[in-house]
Amino acid sequence: MKHFDYVQPKTMDEALASWEPGASWLGGGTNLVDLMKLGVTQPQRVIDLTRIPDLGEITFQQDGSVRIGAMVSNAALARHAGFAQHFPMVAEALLSGASGQLRNMATVAGNLMQRTRCAYFQEETAACNRRTPGAGCDARDSDEELRALLGASPACVATNPSDFCVPLAALEAQVEVRGVNGTREIPFADFHLLPGDQPERETALEEGELIIALHLSAAAAGFARHARYLKVRDRTSFAFATTAAAAALRMEDGIITEGRLALGAVAARPWRVAEAEALLVGHAPDAALFGRAAEAAMAGAEAPAHLEWKIDLARRTAARALAMAAVGTPARMPALPASPFGQQNGDLAHV
Amino acid sequence: MSDTLSPQIRFGSNAGQPATRRDGLAKVTGVATFAADNTPEGLLYAVYAPAKIARGRVSHLDVAAAEAHPGVTHVITPQNRPELQGDPSAKPTMFSFRTEVLQDDTVCYAGQPIALVLGETLEAATEGARLLAPQYVADPVRVALDDNLATSFEPAGFGLPGGASHGDVEAGHAAATRSIDVSYETAAQYHNAMETHAIVAQWDGDRLTLDTPSQALNLSCAGFAYFFGIPPENVTLRSPYIGGGFGSKAIPTGPQVLAILAARMTQRPVKLMFTRQQMFGPVGHRGATRQRLRLGVDENTALTVIDHEGLAETSTFDDFVEPAANASQDLYAAGALRASHRLVRLDVGTPGPMRGPGEASGSAALECAMDEMAEVAGMDPLEFRLRNYAETQPGTGLPYSSKALRECYAEGAARFGWEGRPLEPRQMQGADGLLTGWGMGTALFPCPMFAAEARATLRPDGTALFETSAVDMGQGAWTVLAQIAADSLGLTLDQVEFRAGHSALPDGGVAGGSGHTATAGGALHAAGGDVLRQLGELATEDPQSPLYGAGNSSLVARDGWLLLEEDESRRERFADILIRAGQTEMTGTGHGGRAPEAAGRHAMNSHGAVFAEVKVDPDLCQVRVTRLVGAFAAGRIINPRLTESQLMGGMIWGTSFALHEAARHDRRSGRIVNADFAGYHVPVNADVSGLEVITVHEDDPYVNALGIKGVGEIGIVGTVGAIGNAIWHATGKRVRHFPIRIADLLAP
Repeated sequence: MKHFDYVQPKTMDEALASWEPGASWLGGGTNLVDLMKLGVTQPQRVIDLTRIPDLGEITFQQDGSVRIGAMVSNAALARHAGFAQHFPMVAEALLSGASGQLRNMATVAGNLMQRTRCAYFQEETAACNRRTPGAGCDARDSDEELRALLGASPACVATNPSDFCVPLAALEAQVEVRGVNGTREIPFADFHLLPGDQPERETALEEGELIIALHLSAAAAGFARHARYLKVRDRTSFAFATTAAAAALRMEDGIITEGRLALGAVAARPWRVAEAEALLVGHAPDAALFGRAAEAAMAGAEAPAHLEWKIDLARRTAARALAMAAVGTPARMPALPASPFGQQNGDLAHV
Repeated sequence: MSDTLSPQIRFGSNAGQPATRRDGLAKVTGVATFAADNTPEGLLYAVYAPAKIARGRVSHLDVAAAEAHPGVTHVITPQNRPELQGDPSAKPTMFSFRTEVLQDDTVCYAGQPIALVLGETLEAATEGARLLAPQYVADPVRVALDDNLATSFEPAGFGLPGGASHGDVEAGHAAATRSIDVSYETAAQYHNAMETHAIVAQWDGDRLTLDTPSQALNLSCAGFAYFFGIPPENVTLRSPYIGGGFGSKAIPTGPQVLAILAARMTQRPVKLMFTRQQMFGPVGHRGATRQRLRLGVDENTALTVIDHEGLAETSTFDDFVEPAANASQDLYAAGALRASHRLVRLDVGTPGPMRGPGEASGSAALECAMDEMAEVAGMDPLEFRLRNYAETQPGTGLPYSSKALRECYAEGAARFGWEGRPLEPRQMQGADGLLTGWGMGTALFPCPMFAAEARATLRPDGTALFETSAVDMGQGAWTVLAQIAADSLGLTLDQVEFRAGHSALPDGGVAGGSGHTATAGGALHAAGGDVLRQLGELATEDPQSPLYGAGNSSLVARDGWLLLEEDESRRERFADILIRAGQTEMTGTGHGGRAPEAAGRHAMNSHGAVFAEVKVDPDLCQVRVTRLVGAFAAGRIINPRLTESQLMGGMIWGTSFALHEAARHDRRSGRIVNADFAGYHVPVNADVSGLEVITVHEDDPYVNALGIKGVGEIGIVGTVGAIGNAIWHATGKRVRHFPIRIADLLAP
């Protein structure tokens, strides 16, 4: 069988010291373990972070910002009453992802680190520049539907599959990382990299750096009354997004004073366009306005003929998310979070 | 009034009771042993390497690397594969296909086994198979129906439906005042039972013991025996629990044969268990179809013709027809009918029967076409179906053994609230903006019977043992067959010990065609009846018995007594009859099946009507089935609880067929790119709401002695079309392929 070292550091310092090139950090394992079974990733060393104290805390600071420990589970964050109240669309996005069992295991930092679900990345025998630099890209001329419409390169058309990251991008989260040279914060917009000619470089993490927390500011909580995540897919639950959007508005006297819009499933990172957000400011919510903003957000999108519908769907998704945000955040989490069928309140459905 | 109630035991009427699964406790506590749970001493693990191209040949395998891996004991390739005694291209049993067992280096489909690696651990064998790093010489692949359409052919041969026709089809077309000519496509689907295929094979001299899930134990024994040149009775097959079969576990497959071969070669037990990904290849699938339907009606909206041409995929090395056009044969009265099939050879594994073969795919197209015809005729879809209701079998004029379809329509429509449905589409929109649509479909499934044997043994303590190699693949045979067995002797369920799932027992036949309860149940009931007959003879011919002189035919059994029907004071305990006759127990045997002459006197089908409500977001085009009501008439219902589960499961599969399931191929390699549950979608809980099953009472004196028709497959049938029709009704868009997805409804 394939041998690898498995270590369980008890402190952060031990963890950082145990890093070596070719190692992998292990959070919930919901993506890494699958990829190891498929032979897609073959770390020489797996560093299990579950024994390190203090990575599992959700802490509200005096200034109203929140610090989310890297090892907080998706389920725990989504169900944290205070968190969901201040950052409802983040909770909604989390609850629309995966299944209950996976959300119990998956960690927030692991979510940022998850790999693309491109079928050609996940098949060992297919050519994939992201998996094997220089190997080529079998996805490019395929029927693959999980394909970037924006920010793709000749080398790679992969998308980032995360739901959680989409509202984090919209709310300008900060990623707190630590390496042997100390701690630094990375703005969310800079965290995930577009493929360019180096698709194997997926994040801004340096060798041996580890995410230790995420930060959302008090200003980000200012969108709480008008913030929605919308995820469109053929199956009602337990499926990656066909298209998704996080929309957040600040409104005064019926006028939008600030808008945030990020799209999911369309690029190798959550897609945010400043011009689209600027269009919203100073206007009353209106379908035509949201249509224009969605259009601007998808400016430059490209798809092969068989996927042109996806550009259209992404625009519609963005416009709808904005409309939902304008109506206002529901008092309770919809029974089907982030779903077009989620209008009714009630106990969470089996999602 | 008494303050206590005596327990209500309905003697002799276990049938009809919603007994819970007798195997339920064992399953939920993990005590139930599935095939791969067996780990005999000295076990070797086998893992096969699947081809990653669909056409060509294997040019290199790094056997040395695999062999050098610690724990790997053997690598079997076409170069060193030990001889088989039987020709793997032969069809030793009625359910056989050419098995791919490393005959040569040719690759005919992606997922085909190209080598087998044995190891001391599963991990070692798995890594060994990976280290083979196969290289190929690849040829252009044909994986879509159009890729090889030019060579399509009409199948002929045993078990291959050539089609059917009656009446003058051309005259039927000519007589139509309104007609439609539409084509529908259905996607390839792969059986994905929760329990993947697995086998543990052990040899002892020329005797072979197998733990493997099987829907046909004795038939499988004969198949395996053939390949290894031993008599069928030398094969013992144990299959007590099966985590779903759906047709794919009825047929011996290449990987099973290879595992047995490996066990013989190494003289050690060998276990082979499929990964989820491996389920997309060598164990059959529901082949993709394209179906052209031409329907015509006269001025009275009576069908003048049903002309149903089915085109289906098969492999390059064997023929299996997805007999979709069969769905049109027995359902509606039409002046003329033509149901025909053609096959296209593709670089895919050989398709096979998959829950509702023919009917599921065929009904999907037929029921949508019926809606399209009703639309052209300006008639309510249900009224149109009633207008063309077949009172006798179309073509032959044979009476139906029973047919409560009219009642299914009525009860289903009433429960659903069909009345008042707008004829035009896109008429129902809620305050939430969602479009609502209602659609319906008729369900039909034939009532085939195979053959089964059973043995009943009455014990001196009044309990009984019933034995047959019947199959519980999750549908509830352990329970339902025991209910039938208990009734045959007038015992309560807990007085019956029931043994099944082992090939040494009397042949329980095939769990397929929705005929297992009727067939194996018929054998058990006859075996119990045989015991009663013998008891009756002993008693009525013995002057010391209270039953002396009574006619055998007027005796009934209840709660351990044999009673005279018209004077129940004349009775005697089973045990007393046995003791006086000097016997400690009594054994009877029974046969289940249908006499050919019975089959010729009536047309026999289960029927149903499925009503679907969908909601569609008009802008985002996401679809959700919000209500699904199915009313089914399937003869005698032995266990309403398990029947409801079966029918619900079928209807959920119908939802899957309509909206989700499709294998997608890479057009260059031919590999299935969504060969796991992350990519190959079936409905999850959130996709299923408002699901209701109604069983309509039906007495059938002809179908078989027990009046059972079967409920295993009919739930899918009708449901697919109902959902497709509801989507049309919601959106005004007629999508003519399945699954129907967002992209289809988004298209202008």
